[in-house]
Amino acid sequence: MSHLLLAETAPIHAPSVAYSSLSPIFIVLGAALVGVLVEALVPRAERYAVQMVVTIGGLTAALVAVGLLHNTAETTVAGALAVDGAGLFIQGSVLVLSVMSVLLIAERSVDVGSAIVASAAVVVGSPTDRRLARTDRVQTEVFPLLLFAVAGMLIFPISNNLLLMFVALEVLSLPLYLMAGLSRRRRLLSQEAALKYFLLGAFASAFFLYGLALLYGYANSVDLPAILNASKASPKSDVLLYVGLALLLVGLLFKAGIAPFHSWTPDVYQGSPTPVTAFMSSCTKIAAFGAIMRVLYVGFNATAWNWRPIVWAVAIASMAVGGIFGLTQTDLKRVLAYSSIAHAGFILVGLVALDKDGIASVLFYVLTYGFSTMAAFGVLMLVRDADGEATHLAQWSGLARKSPFVAAVMTVLLLSMAGIPLTSGFIAKFYVFKAAFHVAAPLVVIALIFSAVAAFYYLRIVVLMFFAEPPENGPTIAIPGWSTAVALTFGMVVTVVLGIFPQPILDLAAKAATLVG
Amino acid sequence: MNTAHGIQSAAWLLVALPLFSAAVLLLAGKRADKWAHLVGAAVPVILFIYAVMLFFSVKAESKGNREINLHLYQWIVVGTFKVDAGFLIDPLSMVFVLLITGVGSLIHIYAVGYMAHDPGRRRFFGYFNFFIAVMLLLVLANNYLAMYVGWEGVGLASYLLISFYFDRPTAATAGNKAFFANRVGDVGLSIAIMVMFAYLGSTSYADVLFGNAKLTQGVAAAIGLMLLLAACGKSGQFPLQTWLPDAMEGPTPVSALIHAATMVTAGVYLIARSAPIFDVSQAARTAVVIVGAITLLYGCICAFGQDDLKRVLAYSTVSQIGYMFLAVGLGPGVYAIGIMHLVGHGFFKAALFLSSGSVMHAMNDRIDMRRFGGLWRVMPITYFVFVCGYLAIIGFPLATGFWTKDKIIEAALDKGGTSGWVLGICALAGAGLTAFYMTRALVMTFHGERRWEDDVHPHEAPSSMTLPMIVLGVASLVGGYLLVFGGGFQHWLEPSVGPSVEEGVHTVSPVVLTLLTLVVVALGALGAWVAFGRKPIPITQPVGVSPITTAARRNIYADAFNEAVLQRPGQWLSRALVYFDNRGVDGAVTGLAAGFGGGSARLKRSQTGFVRSYALSMLAGSVAVVAVLLAVRFQ
Repeated sequence: MSHLLLAETAPIHAPSVAYSSLSPIFIVLGAALVGVLVEALVPRAERYAVQMVVTIGGLTAALVAVGLLHNTAETTVAGALAVDGAGLFIQGSVLVLSVMSVLLIAERSVDVGSAIVASAAVVVGSPTDRRLARTDRVQTEVFPLLLFAVAGMLIFPISNNLLLMFVALEVLSLPLYLMAGLSRRRRLLSQEAALKYFLLGAFASAFFLYGLALLYGYANSVDLPAILNASKASPKSDVLLYVGLALLLVGLLFKAGIAPFHSWTPDVYQGSPTPVTAFMSSCTKIAAFGAIMRVLYVGFNATAWNWRPIVWAVAIASMAVGGIFGLTQTDLKRVLAYSSIAHAGFILVGLVALDKDGIASVLFYVLTYGFSTMAAFGVLMLVRDADGEATHLAQWSGLARKSPFVAAVMTVLLLSMAGIPLTSGFIAKFYVFKAAFHVAAPLVVIALIFSAVAAFYYLRIVVLMFFAEPPENGPTIAIPGWSTAVALTFGMVVTVVLGIFPQPILDLAAKAATLVG
Repeated sequence: MNTAHGIQSAAWLLVALPLFSAAVLLLAGKRADKWAHLVGAAVPVILFIYAVMLFFSVKAESKGNREINLHLYQWIVVGTFKVDAGFLIDPLSMVFVLLITGVGSLIHIYAVGYMAHDPGRRRFFGYFNFFIAVMLLLVLANNYLAMYVGWEGVGLASYLLISFYFDRPTAATAGNKAFFANRVGDVGLSIAIMVMFAYLGSTSYADVLFGNAKLTQGVAAAIGLMLLLAACGKSGQFPLQTWLPDAMEGPTPVSALIHAATMVTAGVYLIARSAPIFDVSQAARTAVVIVGAITLLYGCICAFGQDDLKRVLAYSTVSQIGYMFLAVGLGPGVYAIGIMHLVGHGFFKAALFLSSGSVMHAMNDRIDMRRFGGLWRVMPITYFVFVCGYLAIIGFPLATGFWTKDKIIEAALDKGGTSGWVLGICALAGAGLTAFYMTRALVMTFHGERRWEDDVHPHEAPSSMTLPMIVLGVASLVGGYLLVFGGGFQHWLEPSVGPSVEEGVHTVSPVVLTLLTLVVVALGALGAWVAFGRKPIPITQPVGVSPITTAARRNIYADAFNEAVLQRPGQWLSRALVYFDNRGVDGAVTGLAAGFGGGSARLKRSQTGFVRSYALSMLAGSVAVVAVLLAVRFQ
């Protein structure tokens, strides 16, 4: 009886959906479904090619759709999704970088098959596993998995509704957990990474959900604008608000790999197949920052005075952890992992600004960092020995003598990460610091100090490559196939060009710096 | 000021072409070895042909319109400070362009033969063309900043060429020395440019030189003295002269190019170009005159203590440039005479250097005059060219020096007053000393008995070397007359440096002065003949000679002075700084690095690899986040 009564008093209206504004998401999800069908229906021999076409086609189409939407600023699906400048910029960045990841995954000439395992379900070390390792079979499900993850990343940064944001978080995370375990070489390490990522991810998701529940308790709604209004007007105790925000942030900071929720990063980055690591370190990070930015700017704009110290603290913690732990790493993938932690700290510095400049600088930073890190992991794929990728630092010593070109490319990318002028990394850091300076000068000074600390370990690799004696049985440099070559060249060119002529993208980021509440 | 039109608008090629060819020669690698020297030698010839055409095009303009501005592009825009990249083609720069490309071409052609067997020939011609390019930029630029680029380029090119045989320690040291001495001068030029910018707001010739309403006495003196410092560095003038003799370590064509046609004249050019500044400041002009007088005597005295033929010529360059400084320092009316001597010197010094290179070539690269002697029989052409240059430099009647140097002596005396007499007598004494040391060199090299060793078989050089030598030899004989003929050269320069003062009150009548000069010169030559021509020359340097000779052999202790006063304290200072750097700065830096590194190693252990400890750290982090947020809220 009571059911009926409720239904009568509060009839549920189907919300209107602006399909065109959400078309990028639909395109990617559609392509992912087609990919699943391809797995079921297309013969194994042709799957690889067909999946490539479907994936790259879908992502490119979505990118075009994002481009066509560039002036959109609206909320849809009953205010749950906000298609606005910042959201679209994030979506575009994710799409461009995911195309590059696909190109890296598609690399088949440096290793038999690719960096992806032939069949993930086969027991490691079994006869079947050894037999399959020599064939060029590939677990082509990685392509639809990537598309699902991208779809999640497209929804994540435009969610104005925390419940929807949580769904997006899971949609992007679950495929990533799987992808982390797909490495062709060192499979046990890869599977361990996948499991760790999953367990800790689930742990973080729980925090997010709990925070969400508390916020609902406070504001009676899970919509960010409603939470904002409640925090402005409500005279009631705001313990729920702040505890909720804190737990919500834990879930988000985990995804962005920010200290003290970073501990999964080095292990997972090291264990995952390198192209997947590239995908995680660029696209996941961009999407996560999109979501953090939306939560803080749209939902908690009015309470900035209270949450700013915590952002300061995690930014400093992140820069310190990334900078200091990175110093003594001996594995390049781990070095890049700590570098990503440090970079996350720098991006948070931009977030503190809480104005249009802050948004623009964060957008620019995540884009340029995405390109640099993507290309750096791409280079990592090329330096190999008999066991696959040679990621130990000792194996990289004297690399410049063997391949001056690869060493030079890596040097440019490392210099960009270190923030040396004439690279995109410098411009990005400069704008982030500039945006934050007027509200958080001490934080900027600390960030400058830590960028000097971090510069040390980037330059250490450069010195190692150019001035150390090469080891006896050093690694070989694989000749990349077309797809890796394209991705690498693109990442490299963007890194240099945005270091010299950043203005068009800066203008674009400034124009895009709007968040619809 | 006129705008360039027609053929004049292509003047940028004067710099661009040799720069391009230098880049091609240096970057092309070994595959260019076969043809590099031909390209390298063809470029200055083409430039010379163009320069002649340009000359006639400028000459065709009416007299008031011979200052032509060629705007290339806007180079620097910083706030209100704008610098245009452009060329000033006027009579003064045309003289230099013709000299650089003309004499430069001959030296390039000579170098084809001289460097024929050198494995580094391609590199050599690459540097050579680069030298021509930056030197032309130096004289053609229409503002001080662009000129500074050329100025620095010349310093770089000279460094590369002097230490061309970089595997020889002496050559490498000489290159460094030249570079350091030049740097001291460059500081002067850069300060001068900064003063210009600070007080006049511009660095273009048009504003600084020709719109000099704002140029006060003090500013002009500051700029002038700084420009003089720069000129001293580049032209090897006192007190920065010591690099020039050492610069003989480079291949002989380098010596000829640096000393005759290009680099060392840059200082004279700088002062002549900046004439309006020196016209304002009497102090700066006096400094120029003093530097010139000291240097001209210094060079002469050092020259007669040397046994190395090229070093003799190097010191003679030092002293001849001293004459030019003296002339341009004397001020309005005498600039043209200084430039005239510069051009004449370009001819005869190139002839002398090239013929000494020919001697060196013939004597298995030995250059000690005590090992020469009697060469006139086996090397008649070289002997002829050397004698031409010899006659020109000592001022033998009707040869180049007779026309140009005597005018400087005359102008010095005409300055009037005590200073005029002092300068005049210095210049006159210099003429006598020049005759003395040049006669000594001539006698020791070409006359007397043979003193060379058995394994040496002197022979005349190939025609690619002798032809340019003959051209220069003839030019040094008749060039001077052509320059002074009808006062054409001085009239030509009038738009740039003002009219020459020919008439007026002479302190000593020109005829008497000419005769006096000739007597002094004859005495000098005769003295050298008596001292060195009549008795055999010892193969080793005699010891127990007069203090003057000892001083001359040791460059009048200039190197010793530099070492004691500049180098040693400099070394002490740098050692002290290194100590401080190691202990203080590095200590702080490495301490910090060790701190971070140690911290990192210790903290690294917290990254255990166990999910449970990761989860625990996340939990701790979450608690901390909640606690901080609440603490901030309810503080």
